[in-house]
Amino acid sequence: MNFAVLQFPGSNCDQDCVHVLKNVLGHSARLLWHKEKSVGNADAVIVPGGFSYGDYLRTGAIARYSNVMAAVTEFANQGGLVLGICNGFQILCEAGLLPGALIRNRSIKFRCEFVWLQTGPANTPFTCKAPEGTVLRIPIAHGEGCYFADPETLKKLEANGQILWRYCDEQGQVEAEANPNGSLLNIAGICNEKKNVAGLMPHPERASEDILSSSDGRTLFESMIQWHCKK
Amino acid sequence: MNEPVITPELVAKHGITPEEYENILKILGRVPTYTELGIFSVMWSEHCSYKNTKPLLKTFPTRSDRIMVGAGEENAGIIDIGDNLAIAFKMESHNHPSAVEPFQGAATGVGGIIRDIFTMGARPICAMNSLRFGELQSPEVRRLFRGVVGGIAHYGNCFGIPTIAGEVCFDASYEGNPLVNAFCLGVLRHEQIARGAAKGIGNPVFYVGPATGRDGLAGAAFASQDLTEASAEQQRGAVQVGDPFMEKLVMEACLELLAAKDAVAGIQDMGAAGLTCSTCETAARAGTGIEIELSKVPQRAAGMTPYEIMLSESQERMLIIVNKGHEAEVQRIFDKWDLPWSEIGVVTDTGRMVVRNHGEVVADIPAAKIANDSPVYHRESKEPAYLKDVRAFQISSIQDTTTAAQDLEALLAEPTIASKNWVYRQYDHQVRDGSVVCPGSDAAVVRIKADSLPMLSEGQSETVPAGTEKYIAMAVDGNGTYVYLDPYEGSKTVVAECARNLACTGAIPLGSTDNLNFGNPHHPELFYQLKESVRGLAEACDVFGAPVTGGNVSLYNQNPHGAIDPTPTIAIVGLVEKKEHITTQWFKDEGDVIILLGEAVDEGDPNLGLGGSAYLQNRKGIKNGTPPRCDLKKEKAVQDAVLDCIRGGWVKSAHDCSEGGLAVTLAECCFTKNVALNTPRFTGAQVDLSAVKCARKDALLFGETQSRIVVSASPANADKILAKAKEHSVPAIVIGKVAGSGKDSKLSIRLAQETLSWNVPPIYGTWWNAIGSVMDAATR
Repeated sequence: MNFAVLQFPGSNCDQDCVHVLKNVLGHSARLLWHKEKSVGNADAVIVPGGFSYGDYLRTGAIARYSNVMAAVTEFANQGGLVLGICNGFQILCEAGLLPGALIRNRSIKFRCEFVWLQTGPANTPFTCKAPEGTVLRIPIAHGEGCYFADPETLKKLEANGQILWRYCDEQGQVEAEANPNGSLLNIAGICNEKKNVAGLMPHPERASEDILSSSDGRTLFESMIQWHCKK
Repeated sequence: MNEPVITPELVAKHGITPEEYENILKILGRVPTYTELGIFSVMWSEHCSYKNTKPLLKTFPTRSDRIMVGAGEENAGIIDIGDNLAIAFKMESHNHPSAVEPFQGAATGVGGIIRDIFTMGARPICAMNSLRFGELQSPEVRRLFRGVVGGIAHYGNCFGIPTIAGEVCFDASYEGNPLVNAFCLGVLRHEQIARGAAKGIGNPVFYVGPATGRDGLAGAAFASQDLTEASAEQQRGAVQVGDPFMEKLVMEACLELLAAKDAVAGIQDMGAAGLTCSTCETAARAGTGIEIELSKVPQRAAGMTPYEIMLSESQERMLIIVNKGHEAEVQRIFDKWDLPWSEIGVVTDTGRMVVRNHGEVVADIPAAKIANDSPVYHRESKEPAYLKDVRAFQISSIQDTTTAAQDLEALLAEPTIASKNWVYRQYDHQVRDGSVVCPGSDAAVVRIKADSLPMLSEGQSETVPAGTEKYIAMAVDGNGTYVYLDPYEGSKTVVAECARNLACTGAIPLGSTDNLNFGNPHHPELFYQLKESVRGLAEACDVFGAPVTGGNVSLYNQNPHGAIDPTPTIAIVGLVEKKEHITTQWFKDEGDVIILLGEAVDEGDPNLGLGGSAYLQNRKGIKNGTPPRCDLKKEKAVQDAVLDCIRGGWVKSAHDCSEGGLAVTLAECCFTKNVALNTPRFTGAQVDLSAVKCARKDALLFGETQSRIVVSASPANADKILAKAKEHSVPAIVIGKVAGSGKDSKLSIRLAQETLSWNVPPIYGTWWNAIGSVMDAATR
């Protein structure tokens, strides 16, 4: 499978994504410069974490106007698989490919630590390898990861099974104490209505090898690979 | 242009002594211009010239078979780690800027040290820091602490470098003068080492990075003065403003340019003393001259004078000497990254640094003279009077404890000992997918893999064997109290503890970098501290095979009330030979045997390890007594023994005893494993010290006798560890076993007089929340 990992000025998890996709999972992954106008032969696009454009103005606000995001939007509209991680999630929200917004953590502080995630419905390209309710241990690293949307949007997300990952405790209970940033409904990640575009704040690429103390993040990439191969 | 007339007052205002000024007249053969006076003042400041410390620094061990670039040669030292790989690392202070403007002061400290690393051609892969503040009860201290941590987080997180380890200490002596020492480490292939030399007569000189502004004017000179009440207001303009986003782009572009075949002849960052330092140092290193035209320097503010342009410390700027004919490469790469660049000058054969502004010469100085012929002072030193009182202190004047259970709880709540999670959870410590041991154990371990390295030149084949992975361990340590109470012995202990942290992690030292944070060197008693400290550091670095590859000196650390505790900090970097050797500090499995390596209490120490201890300071309010001594031979034996045991595969956990003594160490072994938010993993332990001969409970539990390590092992391997210790002539005794896990875990310690017992979850809570509860409750 061919992955394209976007590279904006200020991306800093781009190499980590390529590392996992290529060296850990054995698939093709290449960096795609923000000035490119096409995603080329990519089967899926990863919008990686980092501080695109220094997070100036607002996280993701400048990146969405880049050449490559126009191409990614077109790719997504045609059903292509797009996964945004951390800053990538913020960019996808800014670009309107995902609903809602990510605002300052309620603690007003950057937070970096492992959290527990409860996986949502398994009928998506991002979760098909993990039965609903699977608990994953994956780290976060963000200052603006508090998911926010109006009540109607939240209702829709729930009704359509678009909430793919929620912060939970070790036993899988979704509770306030397990929420690291104040996200509404403990949302860590969601997908769009068509379920081909997803975004999450935690970093699955940092939890894809045992030496980094968790391989739980692999299930996201492996789901995408399985979905694509079955297609 | 009307420049100020040079008067004795103006010279004095620049921190130049009359003798130094005479020397300047001799070098130039005339009165300096205003710009030249500024150039001399920054280049001959302590920060750039080490004029007060050069003779001392020469005593450090600086050589080993592995060292490829040694101390003082370049912006950072480089060490061979095998398989054609090398690491570059260094530590540097940003104390004064952080005192005045904590957020930007600390942020630009991180930015500066990162630049020192990629200037060498290395890709920065991790950072650490060593921080010291006054007591947390003070709102002003909390403001500084919050600002410094926020600044480090801001810069490192945005740049994309994991801040993987560090230390934070709190002591009244640092009130108003916090210490911020930032460390960075990078990796590269042997053939990728870049030099800061202006080589090749006729080669063009490029300025890359953002435009020059008035920020950070003469920061190097500012760093070399005492802080005063007025400093904050007057000097705020001397603090630079950092832009980590810009630095990330500049680094990527520079590494790309360095990979362009034959394009770069020399490269140096514009750090302290900005354009001044980078031009004259590169020329001096190459034995060439350099000529620049200031009107070509990108400028952010209108009407900047040559003096201001030369002395500005605007951040994220680099000077690159390009091999003639490769100018287009610079344009191609820096345009790709949308970064400003400008050809500002040329390498000459005159040996002079010539600065023109719109054609008019504003400075013309022999480059080597200013870079290398800075004054050297042999300062007067006198044993401080207070040391007499220190030596007179006797532990017998203090009653033994009757409240040992509460003592441990109080020590765990002491901010210097308590968990630093409030700090390191604000740092991204996992970006780059290499953080194998994260903050919270004795030393951090980072993995070097193929994509950790700078890119190869186009068409060049890989020179590192396929699949190579390396594991680099690092720790940073300091102990101002010990060094205050005994500058020589205390400094040895600082190095020993840092090396011990590495040994506990399974690493063999490769080299070290130090940061000497001291008071005003003109003060003989303060200079004594510095001199004696360096003697101790040098001796210890030699014993542990950790030659110094570079570092930084920060003097004049004093607030209006006096000097800080003399605080050398040292970072040691080591190699873990195999993945399987990576060891963490927390107990692993129930039933494992707990062994103490080293003497339980140093009976030869009249204070039984309690002099200068956290226990005496926290529980008795006493900062006195000769600190525990470190016998370097014994210490080395303990470290060798634990390393041998780790290599044997017998050690499940290893944790060194330091501040707070054995009791704190044991408690930490029970609760420091943390798998996720609100998910600590507890174990209990049953410890029996009743057989240890020690008349005082406080000394046994909280004494800080050196050269001790607590290890745990399966019962089958315990005897092997005891035998191996014997081989190394290291005392070793079984002191208990790991017993119980989860919420009901208990730590119990049986003494000859009584048995103490603590429930692990509550003491964990005390330790984990101690700093956060103060910081988050306090009003902003």
